[in-house]
Amino acid sequence: MKPFDYQRATDADSAIATVSRDPEARYIGGGTNLVDHMKLGITEPGKLVDITRLPYDSVESLPDGRVRIGATVRNSDLAAEPVIRQRYPVLAQALLSGASGQLRNLATTGGNLLQRTRCSYFQDVTTPCNKREPGSGCSALEGWNRHHAVLGASERCVATHPSDMAVALAALDADVLVAGPDGQRTVPVTELHRLPGDEPEQDTVLRHGELVTAVELPSLPFAVRSRYRKVRDRASYAFALVSVAAAVEVTDGDITDARIAFGGLAHKPWRATAAERALHGAPATEEAFRAAADAELAEAETLRDNEFKVPMTRNTLASVLRELTQQEGS
Amino acid sequence: MTGATRATSQGPERVEGRAKVTGTAPYAFEYPVTDPLYLHPLRAGIARGRIASIDTAAAERVDGVHTVLTHHNADALNPVGDPELAVLQSDGIDFRGQLVGAVVAETPEIAAHAAGLVDIRYERLPHDSEFRDDANIVYTPDADASPMLSPDLERGDVDTALAEATHTVDVTYTTPPEHHNPIEPHAVIATWDDDGLTLHDSNQGSHLVRDLLAPLVGLDKERISVIAPHVGGAFGSKGMPHGHVALTVLAARRTAGRPVKCALSRTQMFELVGYRPPTRQRVRLGADSDGRLTATEHDSLEQTSRFKQYAEQSASASREMYASPNRRVTNRLAALDVPAPTWMRAPGEASGMYALESAVDELAVRSGIDPIDLRLRNEPEVAPVSGLPFSSRNLVACLRQGAERFGWHERDPRPGTRREGDWFVGTGVAAASFPSLLFPGSLATIRHESDGKYRVEIGAADIGTGARTALTQLAAEGLEVPFEAVELRLGSTEQPNAGLAGGSAGTASWGSTVVDAVRAFRAEHGSDPGEGVETTAGAAGNPDLGKYAMNAYGAQFAEVRVHADTGEVRVPRMLGVFAAGRIVNPRTAHSQFLGGMTMGISMALHEHSVVDERFGHVVNHDLAGYHIASNADVGSIEVSWVDEHDPHVNPVGAKGIGEVGIVGTAAAVGNAAHHATGVRVRELPLTPDKFLR
Repeated sequence: MKPFDYQRATDADSAIATVSRDPEARYIGGGTNLVDHMKLGITEPGKLVDITRLPYDSVESLPDGRVRIGATVRNSDLAAEPVIRQRYPVLAQALLSGASGQLRNLATTGGNLLQRTRCSYFQDVTTPCNKREPGSGCSALEGWNRHHAVLGASERCVATHPSDMAVALAALDADVLVAGPDGQRTVPVTELHRLPGDEPEQDTVLRHGELVTAVELPSLPFAVRSRYRKVRDRASYAFALVSVAAAVEVTDGDITDARIAFGGLAHKPWRATAAERALHGAPATEEAFRAAADAELAEAETLRDNEFKVPMTRNTLASVLRELTQQEGS
Repeated sequence: MTGATRATSQGPERVEGRAKVTGTAPYAFEYPVTDPLYLHPLRAGIARGRIASIDTAAAERVDGVHTVLTHHNADALNPVGDPELAVLQSDGIDFRGQLVGAVVAETPEIAAHAAGLVDIRYERLPHDSEFRDDANIVYTPDADASPMLSPDLERGDVDTALAEATHTVDVTYTTPPEHHNPIEPHAVIATWDDDGLTLHDSNQGSHLVRDLLAPLVGLDKERISVIAPHVGGAFGSKGMPHGHVALTVLAARRTAGRPVKCALSRTQMFELVGYRPPTRQRVRLGADSDGRLTATEHDSLEQTSRFKQYAEQSASASREMYASPNRRVTNRLAALDVPAPTWMRAPGEASGMYALESAVDELAVRSGIDPIDLRLRNEPEVAPVSGLPFSSRNLVACLRQGAERFGWHERDPRPGTRREGDWFVGTGVAAASFPSLLFPGSLATIRHESDGKYRVEIGAADIGTGARTALTQLAAEGLEVPFEAVELRLGSTEQPNAGLAGGSAGTASWGSTVVDAVRAFRAEHGSDPGEGVETTAGAAGNPDLGKYAMNAYGAQFAEVRVHADTGEVRVPRMLGVFAAGRIVNPRTAHSQFLGGMTMGISMALHEHSVVDERFGHVVNHDLAGYHIASNADVGSIEVSWVDEHDPHVNPVGAKGIGEVGIVGTAAAVGNAAHHATGVRVRELPLTPDKFLR
């Protein structure tokens, strides 16, 4: 672990200026991922700028029906927020399925989005990894890849994004508000994370010095009936093998709108647009649910240890949709 | 037999309970020592070869670095027959993660930072870390490698019996490598000064550590103290000292009396302190139309390391469990370029009984005989191979009472037919057994203090088992004084010699010693002893040793739910009924059984050290990647035991209980999962993907 400087930011502009001009500087929020990386030698920042005292720690309902979540709102607090529990249950469920109580108390909204893959080879500096050390090779491609990607991967990297929260945000069409040296911009959460391609070292589209300040949820009334289902190797404190975030609107037995995202399948939270299209206007039947899953999974490419993810995703999506549409009907 | 005793809060509370929960019971790393230094180990980055060069200059330049140890500058150690302890004695690499040096510095952070600056170059040799059945790596262990049992056993004509059997099963089970992961990581503080060598060490037997270290470093035993009054779990991984202890001692020799502290990280524990070896076990059973076994064959292949043999014998679980006129047992080892395996809770029995008890369940399904009934029909009158009578054997009572309590008789035997909501529901049973061992050679001192109390000293170990409390009880009982009138001290070489905490033999071995030492004290000093008088004595030999087969038994029942869509497996309910002689302290005994069964659920559902053969290391080497059961994975676990009076097993009448609780658990869970789904998974752990349809 390399020695480093630490400073606590008192205003956003100076924090952004400090990090932007120092390639070795990094923001730190809850530190639940970054500090691990520093201990493991994955990253060796020269300076940490602590942003947890910046005024981004509240959840606001906006006049237009949107909800703005500050970037430093802790995961536990967000999951307990009445507006989230009532209007976006998928998000509260996703948050509570992640990590442990202790970690959720510390982890922030922005940090959760920007956490990095838990690929064992990425986290072990003694093994090759293109994400950690570009050009060194991918150890997971022909190694232990039970937790790895079946959608959107490349020869360079088959890692998955570990967040549960981000999968719910992808289904909800959330926006990420970003401030940088050149001002502010808004990035749809589905476009925040990249697919690995030839540059797996780039997790997101953010540039050095850019700071996530908030996440905004659209009004989306039918999200009041939404679910997050996480399938994992133990009942608690494990990353998803497969997860499904879904919200559906059913009218007279037909699906009139659907928002679906998958976790555990790709380098980013996977918005299942093909499945959504297949469901649009379809009857709420088992056949339709499975056809929707198949539409999304047609392009899946499995590895030695993760063939099960395709049927597991299909079954889990069907299970979630069954539950949501039966609930609608009752 | 007077019916089952349901575990309640009977028995004294754990003597050191308050100190532990208030954080005042010191564990090895926490001893206040003056002006310590911190050791960070250097580990090999290849699985086989030699160190071509090791450049420590940059590390030595870091402020606060005291010493960088490598094979170039380390002191010579004497060979003691344990290659794990011969650290830094050559440039050879036998497994990935092997200790190849150490940085000793003023703070742990400086030591870790400087360790990253050491530049090691290797000359690689091809390595082989893939566990498999391959003539190039498989061999039969020597008989002297396993002094208790020969690896092979043959009685009668198995092949003919199988050919003529009405019902047969021929099934192969695999179990993965598993790591102990006690809550307290391995840690040691070594101080080498004019008084000699003092170790505050997390271990299962301080005397054993001293006996091994004295010849290793060439010191008289009297000049070494090993202190371990509190140990935060061990499960076998602290039974023998591992390389980090020798490394810390080597470092302490260089620091002019300053203590050197070393605590291994979780990741280092996946390389340096042993593990349960993976197994591949084929079980063939033949039975007549009544379900009576005519043939039992159990062949086990297990992993060992090429540099240090560890010979576990999982197939030996089938030697004496059931009556069977024809029997064949074989144990083979596959030697690889991997860290050395070691004992892990019920070594051999946990893996072996998983295979046997799963196969028996398959025979029950095949023959249409209830699995409990099938076991009752194969109950032996005497130990099948030795022909010895059992000192006591109450497996039948465990099965019957467990069946009653669990509601077994309402069970519909058809697999895959019960569903509640999205969950398939099933129940399963398995038997457990574990040998009742006794290690001779322990001594205890009984002293009558000036305050009227009796002090009992014995260099035993309490690794969280409740040994301190049980031994206090036995001393008080023998002295016929209240529990509070006895102060028992253990865990250190300052107390008389005692064997290690292993083989579930603590209460039997140390308890017999305490019981006999108390008798000797009373014989010498009478019932009204003077102040300060004392007696040191050991246990008289057990005249029944070798005349009886001595084992603890149990019956494990599990209810399992498997999600119809996702394959997720849950164990909402378990019941264990045990027959283990006298239960000295029901409160702490309950905890031991409960812990064993919980670890068994963990073995069934989760535990799996995944080896990447290309590198030769465990990939999921932390507690995020290596799953042990979380609270949410453990539902209701009920523990009970039958009253069992065994006059032969030892003077205490107690059989070991630390390990029998894990035995059979995984089979019960697997059998229940089959009953729930109709899917027979023969490869642990039972992860959701294996039940997907």
